[in-house]
Amino acid sequence: MTTTLQVGTALEPRTIGPITQTDIVRFAGAGGDFNPLHHDPEFAARAGFTAPIAMGQMQAGILAAALTDRVGVEHLRALEVRFVAPVEIGDVLTVTGTVTEVGDGVATLALAMTKADAATVVTGTASVGVPVTP
Amino acid sequence: MPVNESFVGRTYPPTATYTVGREKIREFAAAVGATDPLHVDVEAARRAGYADVIAPPTFAVLISQLCDAQFVTDPEAGVDFSRVVHGEQSFDHQRPLVAGDEIVGVLTIESVRGAGGHTMVALRSDLHAVDTAGAPGALVCSTRSMLVIRGED
Repeated sequence: MTTTLQVGTALEPRTIGPITQTDIVRFAGAGGDFNPLHHDPEFAARAGFTAPIAMGQMQAGILAAALTDRVGVEHLRALEVRFVAPVEIGDVLTVTGTVTEVGDGVATLALAMTKADAATVVTGTASVGVPVTP
Repeated sequence: MPVNESFVGRTYPPTATYTVGREKIREFAAAVGATDPLHVDVEAARRAGYADVIAPPTFAVLISQLCDAQFVTDPEAGVDFSRVVHGEQSFDHQRPLVAGDEIVGVLTIESVRGAGGHTMVALRSDLHAVDTAGAPGALVCSTRSMLVIRGED
């Protein structure tokens, strides 16, 4: 993989979904999060949701993968995510990212995950070691 | 006593040792759609200089949530889990987690503050490789979680 990260470089957007209950259950098992909010419709209804919602860590993982698959996972130094809105079953998610700064061998990227209606569900910042030409 | 500023700076004992598993890494990578061969292909990982396959960066939550649970289930903290919302999460990696790593997490409460009837608690989990004496050794990753404990409606 050869990737040059310069200020303004945009990651190729990655689109995932529509998110299914199966996707959420798969992450529950992989990530060890068995909060019933993410798989029990009655529990979710009592919490004020129309159906189970995805866990923030699932969104964080999908966001991270869209980045690391492009830059090489071994180059990621730091990742910070902010959970802005819940992800519901049926949502189609798009991850975008842009390099905002390069210096001292580290590129900083601004990341976002949006739904089909352009509403933001997650924002993030990542630091990646450069050059990323193994 | 509910969560208050007296918790700031509090550090909990190290978690039980968590062994990073090769198949767990593959399972986690599949669940987040991560396709880098270093997550699944042992030979590719070795060619890249690692002892085994390497984990996606947010795999660290598998260990840090064991740390966070120490706080959330602390009777003294009195946290109502049904009112906890995850606001932010960060990962600072010294190196990737690698299959075969033996890791312990050490939880520190970094800050507690009230905002609009809610309580915001910042938790830091330092994930250390276990040294030969079985104690926390080299730092591998630090994670930070911002939990929002919603006030009564």
